Amino acid sequence: MALPSLALLAQSILSGIFIGALYGLLGLGLSLSWGLLRQINLAHFALAFLGAYLCYQLSAVGGMDPLVAMLLIVPSFFIIGVALQWVFARFRISAFNSLLVTFGLTVIIEAVIQAIWTADFRRLTSVYGDTTFRVGGLYVPMSELLTLVLSVTLSLAIWAVLRYTDGGRAMRAAAEDGGIATAFGVNQKALAMLLSGTCAALAGVAGVCIALSYTLAPSQIYTWIGVVFAAVMLGGLGRALGPLIAGIVIGVSEAVTMAVTAPSWAPLVSFSLLIIVLLVRPHKA
Amino acid sequence: MSAPTKRSHRRALVAILVAAGALAAIPYAGLPLFYESFLYLVFHWIVLATSWNILSGYTGYFSFGHGAFFGAGMYTTAVLASRFDVPFLWTLPAAAGVAMLLGASLGTVVFRAREIHGELFALVTLAFTFVVGTIVLNTSIDGGPGLYLSGVPVPVIGPSGASSFYYMGLALALGTLLIAFGIVHSKFGAGLFAIHDDEDVAEVMGVPTFWYKIAAFSVSCGLAGMAGGIYALFVSYVTAGETFSIIVPLTVVLMSVLGGTRHWAGPAVGAAVITALLYSFTAGNHAIAGKAVFGAVLIVVILFMPQGILGWFSRRRPVKCNGPEVQQGMMLSNALARSQPKRAASTDRVLVARGLRKAFRGVQALDGVDVEIRRGEILGLLGPNGSGKSTFINLVSGHYRPDAGEILFEGRDLANCPAHEIARGGIARTYQIPRPFANLTVRDNVTVAAMFGSANLSREAAERESQKWLDFTQLARRADVRPDELNLHQRKFLELARALASRPSVVLLDEVLSGLMPTEINEAVDLIHAIRDQGATIVFVEHVMRAVMALTDRIVVLNHGLVIAEGSAAEVMARPEVVTAYLGRSHA
Repeated sequence: MALPSLALLAQSILSGIFIGALYGLLGLGLSLSWGLLRQINLAHFALAFLGAYLCYQLSAVGGMDPLVAMLLIVPSFFIIGVALQWVFARFRISAFNSLLVTFGLTVIIEAVIQAIWTADFRRLTSVYGDTTFRVGGLYVPMSELLTLVLSVTLSLAIWAVLRYTDGGRAMRAAAEDGGIATAFGVNQKALAMLLSGTCAALAGVAGVCIALSYTLAPSQIYTWIGVVFAAVMLGGLGRALGPLIAGIVIGVSEAVTMAVTAPSWAPLVSFSLLIIVLLVRPHKA
Repeated sequence: MSAPTKRSHRRALVAILVAAGALAAIPYAGLPLFYESFLYLVFHWIVLATSWNILSGYTGYFSFGHGAFFGAGMYTTAVLASRFDVPFLWTLPAAAGVAMLLGASLGTVVFRAREIHGELFALVTLAFTFVVGTIVLNTSIDGGPGLYLSGVPVPVIGPSGASSFYYMGLALALGTLLIAFGIVHSKFGAGLFAIHDDEDVAEVMGVPTFWYKIAAFSVSCGLAGMAGGIYALFVSYVTAGETFSIIVPLTVVLMSVLGGTRHWAGPAVGAAVITALLYSFTAGNHAIAGKAVFGAVLIVVILFMPQGILGWFSRRRPVKCNGPEVQQGMMLSNALARSQPKRAASTDRVLVARGLRKAFRGVQALDGVDVEIRRGEILGLLGPNGSGKSTFINLVSGHYRPDAGEILFEGRDLANCPAHEIARGGIARTYQIPRPFANLTVRDNVTVAAMFGSANLSREAAERESQKWLDFTQLARRADVRPDELNLHQRKFLELARALASRPSVVLLDEVLSGLMPTEINEAVDLIHAIRDQGATIVFVEHVMRAVMALTDRIVVLNHGLVIAEGSAAEVMARPEVVTAYLGRSHA
C-alpha cells in the first residue's frame, strides 16, 4: 500500500464530496418520508431512475436542455407523490408493509423502463456532462458541481422550512404524534400529501443529476439502495441536513479508501464506520 | 395444552410428513427434469424464508443481513469443496456452522445495545452483509473473479444427478419446517413472540431476551448457511457481488410477509407463491410484462391482506367463546381453598432496599431510600406524583439499574441482576398503564407469565395454570380475544392475572386501581385481598386512599425521592409532614 500523492488525495476527497452530494440528494426524500411519514420508500430509487430516463428522453431525443427538462419532471413527480400518499393513507400501510408495496412499485417501474428504453446502457451527452473546470490543479466536472449545488441548496431549504415555518413545525409535530397534532388543528392529511409530493419531486431532481453524470441501465436502480440507506440512517431519519452530511462522510471515506487501497475495498470503510456509529451512539443515528 | 390443540398439532405434523413423502416420490414419476430443478428452487427459498422468519418474523427484529449468512454458507462449501477437495456433503455441516458462528457473534454485539431494533437492526445487518462481502471479495477467499465448483463431484441421490439437488432441498426444507413448527409451539417460541410485542415486559416477566434472540439468530443463520452450501453447488459458480447483495434479504422479507410472519408455514407459502410467479414469468416470452405483474400482485396482496396469506385466513376464523361465563364467586373460593391463608404479617423481611439512589439526567428520582418489606404483608407505597414510587418499582423489578444502594431479596442482592432473573426469583409486577402483549390472546398473555416467571412451568402446565388465573380474574370468557378488545378494567385484571400466574412471592402493584369505577375498585380490592391470602407479599402503589386504608398493613410515604414517613396507614396519614407533602403548606 503506497500513500497516494497529495494531488491525488485532494482529487479523491473532491470526488467523494461530489458522490456524497448525490447520496445526500437521493437520501433526502427517503429520509423525510421515512422519518416524517413512517414510509420506507424503496420506489424512491425507481422514481429517480424514471426521472433520469425522462431527462434522457427529453434532452437526448427531444433536444431540450436537461435543466428545462427538470422543470417539467419536478411538478409531474410531485403529483405522483401525492397520489402515492393517497393510497398509503387509504390503506393505512404500516412501515414494513410500505417497504413491500414500494418494492412492488419498483419492480413495475423497472419493467416499464425496460419496456420503453430496453435493458441497454444509455448515456446522456450534454453540455453539463462535457464541461470540466480546472481549479488549482483539481478537475471539477460541471455536472457534479451542479449536483452538489442542488443537493446543498435543497437540503438547506427544506431544513429551513421544517425549522422556521409553521407548516414545517406542524409536519414535525404530526410525525411525533398525529392524533395530538390533529387535535391542535394540524391538517395532517394535506401535509402528508404535500410532503410525499415533495419527496417524489426530490427523486425527480436526483434523477436528472444521475442522468447528467452516469450511464443508465434499469438494473442500476438497485445498486444505490445499500449505500443511500446507510446515509439516510446515519444522518438521522426525518432530518433534512442529515443525509447530505452523512452522504459526504461516506462518499469521502469511500473515495479516500479507493485512493489508498483498491477501489473494491471502499464499502468496507463506509459500512464499518456505519456499524460502529450505530453501536456506539445509536441515539445519534 | 388442551386436547383439541394437541390433536391439531399432530394433524399438522402428519400433513408435513405425508407431503414430504409424496414429494419424495416425484423423481421416480418420470416428469421432465425441469420440474425437479424448479421444485429445488422452491425448497431453497422455503428454507431461506422460513429460517429468516425464525428470528425476524417471531421477534420482530427484521434482519436485512440474511444474504451474509447465506453467502457465508455458499463460500464455505465453495472453498472447502473446490480448494481442499472435501467431499461435498461434508461441507454442508461446516457451511451451517460458519454461518451460525457469524450470526451468533454479530448477535452478541448487536443485541447488547438495547436501542438497536427496528430500522437500526435492519441497517446494521445490511451493513454487515456489505462488510462481509467486501472482505470475501478482497481476500484470498474469493480473490475477485469468483469460485468455480464445476470440478466438484455431485453426490448421486435418487435416480439421476438432477434429483440429488431435489432431495437435498427437500430434506433441508422438511427439516427447516419441522424446526419452525417446533419453535412456534414451544416455550422458546412463546418467548420470541413475547419479545416481538414488548421486549421490556417480556424481560421483566422472566424471558431471557438476550439469549433467546441469540439462539433464534443462530438457528436462523445456520439453516441459511446450509441452504447456501447446496446452492453453491447448484449454480456451480459463486461471486461476491451477486451473493452479498440486498436481493436475498429483500426476497425473503417479501416471501415471509406475503405468507404471514406469525405462522410457522407462512414464509413457506409465500416462498412457493413468489418462486412460482417469478419462474412462470421469466420462463415465458413475456419476461417484462411478467415482472410488472409480479409487482402488481405484490402490491395488491399487501394492500388487501396486510397480515399475509395465512394471517388473513386465521384472522377470518371466528373466535370461539369458551362456554358460559364461569361463576366468579365459586371460582374465587375454589382458588382460595387451595391455599393456606396467612393473615398475620411476620417481622421476617423478604425484601430490603438500602440507600437506593437513581437519577435521570440530573433529576434525583430516588435519593437514598431505605425500605423493608415483611413477608406476607401489604405495604402501601405512597407519595405525590414524581416522588419516586414508580422508579422504586422499576429498580426492584430490574427494569433500571440503581446508581447506588442494594436491593436484598431473600438475602440476595438484585441490584445488578438482569430483570428476567429477578422474575425467575419470584418478583412480579404490574404496569400502571397496562402493557399486554398486543398480538397474543389474553390466554397466551397469562400463559407466557406462567412459563417464564418463578413458576417456570412447561408449556402444557402453563396453559392449565393460566386457565386458573383467568377464572380467578373473571377473564375466562374473554380468553381467546386479543387485549385490544378488552376494556380498561379487564386490562388491569389481565395485568394481575399475568403477575399471579408467575407464582411470585412478591407482587409489585403499580396503581392498579387508577381509572377504575368505584364498583370496579371494590372488586379489585377483593382480588388483592385474595392474592395476599395465597401467601404473596404485596407492594401497593396507589392514590386511591379508600383502598389504601382498607388494604394496607403498613405504609411508606415518599417525597422528592426520600422516605418521609413509615407506619400504619391511619397514623402516618395524620402526620403534618405527610399532609404538607400532599396538600402543600398552609399559609393561613
